[in-house]
Amino acid sequence: MDLTLKVWRQNGPNDKGRIETYPVSGVSPDMSFLEMMDMLNDQIIRDGGDPVAFDHDCREGICGMCSMFINGEAHGPNRGVTTCQLHMRSFKDGDTITIEPWRASAFPVLKDLAVDRSAFDRVIQAGGYISVNTSGETLDANAIPVPKAQADEAFNAATCIGCGACVATCKNASAMLFVSAKVSQFALLPQGQPERATRVQRMVDQMDKEGFGNCTNTGACAVECPKGIDLSNIARMNRDFLSASASEE
Amino acid sequence: MFESKIPSGPLAEKWTSHKNHINLVNPANKRLIDVIVVGTGLAGSSAAASLAEMGYNVKAFCFQDSPRRAHSIAAQGGINAAKNYQNDGDSVYRLFYDTIKGGDYRSREANVHRLAEVSTSIIDQCVAQGVPFAREYGGLLDNRSFGGVQVSRTFYAKGQTGQQLLLGAYSALSRQISKGKVEMFTRHEMMDVVIVDGKCRGIIARNLITGELERHAAHAVVLASGGYGNVFFLSTNAMGSNVSAAWKAHKKGAYMANPCFTQIHPTCIPVSGEHQSKLTLMSESLRNDGRIWVPAKKEDAEAIRKGTMRANDIPEEDRDYYLERRYPAFGNLVPRDVASRAAKERCDAGFGVNETGEAVFLDYASAIQRYGKTEANIRGLRNPSEAEITKLGKEVVKAKYGNLFDMYKQIAADDPYETPMKIYPAVHYTMGGLWVDYNLMTSVPGLYAAGEANFSDHGANRLGASALMQGLADGYFVLPYTIGDYLASDIRTGAISADTPEFEAAEKGVQDRIDHLINNNGSKPVDDFHRRLGRIMWNECGMSRSEAGLKKAIADIRALRDEFYSDVRVPGTADQFNPELDKAGRVADLLELGELMCKDALERNESCGGHFREEYQTPEGEALRDDEQFAFVSAWEYTGDPSEANLHKEDLKFENIELKQRSYK
Repeated sequence: MDLTLKVWRQNGPNDKGRIETYPVSGVSPDMSFLEMMDMLNDQIIRDGGDPVAFDHDCREGICGMCSMFINGEAHGPNRGVTTCQLHMRSFKDGDTITIEPWRASAFPVLKDLAVDRSAFDRVIQAGGYISVNTSGETLDANAIPVPKAQADEAFNAATCIGCGACVATCKNASAMLFVSAKVSQFALLPQGQPERATRVQRMVDQMDKEGFGNCTNTGACAVECPKGIDLSNIARMNRDFLSASASEE
Repeated sequence: MFESKIPSGPLAEKWTSHKNHINLVNPANKRLIDVIVVGTGLAGSSAAASLAEMGYNVKAFCFQDSPRRAHSIAAQGGINAAKNYQNDGDSVYRLFYDTIKGGDYRSREANVHRLAEVSTSIIDQCVAQGVPFAREYGGLLDNRSFGGVQVSRTFYAKGQTGQQLLLGAYSALSRQISKGKVEMFTRHEMMDVVIVDGKCRGIIARNLITGELERHAAHAVVLASGGYGNVFFLSTNAMGSNVSAAWKAHKKGAYMANPCFTQIHPTCIPVSGEHQSKLTLMSESLRNDGRIWVPAKKEDAEAIRKGTMRANDIPEEDRDYYLERRYPAFGNLVPRDVASRAAKERCDAGFGVNETGEAVFLDYASAIQRYGKTEANIRGLRNPSEAEITKLGKEVVKAKYGNLFDMYKQIAADDPYETPMKIYPAVHYTMGGLWVDYNLMTSVPGLYAAGEANFSDHGANRLGASALMQGLADGYFVLPYTIGDYLASDIRTGAISADTPEFEAAEKGVQDRIDHLINNNGSKPVDDFHRRLGRIMWNECGMSRSEAGLKKAIADIRALRDEFYSDVRVPGTADQFNPELDKAGRVADLLELGELMCKDALERNESCGGHFREEYQTPEGEALRDDEQFAFVSAWEYTGDPSEANLHKEDLKFENIELKQRSYK
């Protein structure tokens, strides 16, 4: 396959940035999108240029590091996959592909396609945990049965990989899907109950402080989420947040 | 400094009695002590969180943009614990025994027993943290079985157990970061350790965004920086996984133990072409229900390779379920090294089933039927049709393994619900690593290694679902106690200064190496060298090894290293975000490690676990150990050249288990 790539190039957070065009040829349909990017960089380096910086690590769709906005969609045209699991067989010979970074003021660009997502870490640090020490001196794991359906739902929420596709997709750059997934995981489990009210308040406060936008219920985040995190998590978080605020002294 | 420090007394009491007798640091004094943790996978995150909870001041480092992304996140199948919830006769002793045997009798009894002892606390701990393990309808935890054992002791969260456990440890770590007890440095790479008066007193780190070098001093340093499978270029490791932290420690005096013990995992998606950058694992849990086979007739295999025949066209009697045939007692659930070699043996004999001839089938057809029938019974369906059974069976398989099947479909463009998956062994884990004593301290005082970065628990072959167990055991329950024994003598030392000639010299060394790479102006990108190193390692130090091949590999690696230093091209500058420069430093270290691995494999004139020397095999082609001469840990001391490393032998004493030839027949 021969392709034309239009890639966002930006030297750092303060650079204005621009689109540059690169032809690539001999792309195999079996390549992953990132392997195609490797090929581009190999070519650029051999020509003495500056390769395109992009984040990636596990390349099996679970670490959440890869983050490309491809032809106007987070992680490209396919549903339920990250960029690293997108294969070139999803494109046609002769295609022009536009590749941009996640765009959100809470995710400043570091270089080219790599952005700073540490805002997500700070939201988790604000309360995305259960306050138990790691001594191992807790109840036996089977002491509290958890109904399977509830455990499965908690698991589904917990599969969020923190990639930020939801933020990048949302026209308001809202982080509600990400935050609500963590809030829901603990809200659905008996172990999460003692801190349920304070957790949601602290996490939402931090989310606002980081400059993420508000949710206007367009649902685009859930469509683009590579892990299929459900919109109902946002509803649960809103409910919890409201009831926590109402019961405040 | 080369003493295993295994406590005396009966095996089952060693750990308890050790904990009762080692030195403690009182809570007020812990506040005066700084500890550095490098790496935030299961071992690193759990260690950093636990040490901070106890009161130490912790600095944690990871090269990823968030501690949550460390490669433990990708572990799929599960975590073992001797809970015996299934009432199938499991016990701490059985988990201990299985692990020693699975490791082909090349691990320390005392370490492994401790691991089995603390395994049960891990599950309790994780549930308390809100880790959503799979549950049965009654609300209690579910288990599955894994390779090399005859009980069901594996706890899991679909095919994403590593993710859920790491997010648990990450949440504990985040809690300590918010309290200010852990200072977190993301996008930082450890470039060197700093030794002062014979003790490890800090690290030189590089900020990967700005390129700045930083000095960080501490009373002790913990390396939880993972394994070195990426020396093979193609592996199931993440692209950034590297040996550099461990290798830098090795060059500063830490011994490297059993570096040739590499795990080749039997069930990975086969290589599809030259462009391939990494390989993807299909969890071992799939061997629970899947059956592995190749065509029994060579002409059928040829037809499949040519594409004129399909797997489903081959009748039952013409299929060779070679694991069930060779190992009736364990069948498809033999340990990984055995399963991998058996796949290679069939493919080398001409029975491979993809274009490259390097693939075997993993078939779910019979599991779908079996589950379908059970489900039909549960739902009270009378005389269900074939189609109904198949539909129900697929639903059950989807619930158990859905994400793995999706992943396969994505990568291989083939539907595993309809036709068997094609799989082949790939590099997955490294049992070898930094030599540590019973306290997890390396041969450098004050320098510790935890998780995959150390060598301690898996011998020559790791059993499935044991890596997660070891990572969390080291980080939550072992290191936080044992480190106190050393730090107790440091309570009057005061803060360690980074403004000393030792830090100065270490920083200068790092700067010089970076300058050399960035100014080299060669012609080939880093990956070019990495790929070639990988090919040498896979061919000569992979699933089977020989004296001649290893000698050739050593010469080839040395030549490749020289070429790297004269002809590598690293674009950009050192004071910017420059992933190519990061990679160049890592590959430079892998080019040295590879040579030591080959040397270790060459010196170990026996076969054991994942280390298979062609010269040493039984008539049936099984690994032939030599316990008389090789029941020891090879601990290598760096002397300036990987090939000239000094060998120190730690004899392995088996007081509780009788050494036997491993049999899974």
